[in-house]
Amino acid sequence: MKIGVVVFPGSNCDHDCQYIFKDVLGQYVEMIWHKETLLAGLDAVVLPGGFSYGDYLRTGAIARFSPVMGAVKAFANKGGLVIGICNGFQILLEAGLLPGVMLRNTSLNFICKDVYVKVENAATRFTNRCESGQVLKIPIAHADGNYYTDPVTLGGVKANAQVIFRYCTADGKVTPDANPNGSLDNIAGIMNADGNVLGMMPHPERSAESILGNEDGRLIFESMLSSFGKPELHSKLIGV
Amino acid sequence: MKAKIHVTLKQGILDPQGKAIEHALDSLGFKHAGNVRVGKYMELDVNETDRAKADAQVKQMCEKLLANTVIEDYRYELG
Repeated sequence: MKIGVVVFPGSNCDHDCQYIFKDVLGQYVEMIWHKETLLAGLDAVVLPGGFSYGDYLRTGAIARFSPVMGAVKAFANKGGLVIGICNGFQILLEAGLLPGVMLRNTSLNFICKDVYVKVENAATRFTNRCESGQVLKIPIAHADGNYYTDPVTLGGVKANAQVIFRYCTADGKVTPDANPNGSLDNIAGIMNADGNVLGMMPHPERSAESILGNEDGRLIFESMLSSFGKPELHSKLIGV
Repeated sequence: MKAKIHVTLKQGILDPQGKAIEHALDSLGFKHAGNVRVGKYMELDVNETDRAKADAQVKQMCEKLLANTVIEDYRYELG
């Protein structure tokens, strides 16, 4: 598979995402500078974490007008697979590819720690390698991860099973105490109605290798590959 | 023409910064301060002499970029 990792000024998880897809999962990865206006021949696009444009104005607010975002939107609208992680999620929200916004964490703190999230929908292109209700341990690292949307939109998102991850306890209970940032309904990740765009605040690329002591995040990337059928074949083709 | 733009959180949207400032005011002894809301103030020049056109442009700027209308209101003066 050919994965494009978008690089904005201020992205800082771009190389982690490249590493996971290329070195851990054996896929072909192309780094895409934010000035690009075409995404040719890609199977999936990653909007990585970081602080694009210094988080000026609002997180993701400037990045969404980057030249590349027009191409990302066109790619997504044609059904292309897009995952936005942390700042990437914030950009997807600002771009209107996913509904809602991020508010400052209720604690006002930048929170960097492992959290538990419950897989609420395992029948997606991002979670098909997980069990429904499975608890994943994945780190978060953000100051603006407090998901918010209006009640009508939230109702629609829930009714369509677009809530993919919710913050939970180690044994899978979705409680206020397990909510690190004040997110509405403990939401940690949502998908669009068509099922090809996912945004999530936790960083699966930081927990995708046994040497790091945690491989839970890898399930998400493996699910993306599985959704194309036979990812192994692609690995062989590119001689990894 | 200069535009002076205020972007504020809509009523009912949680404002953790406002809350923190409120607590700080309280601990400084300002017991009568309440309901602190933090917003943004921006100034910009619009290279346009026609007031109606300038107004339309600033409105578009607010809608497209300066405010996120899911959670924020905006208002501005032209002068």
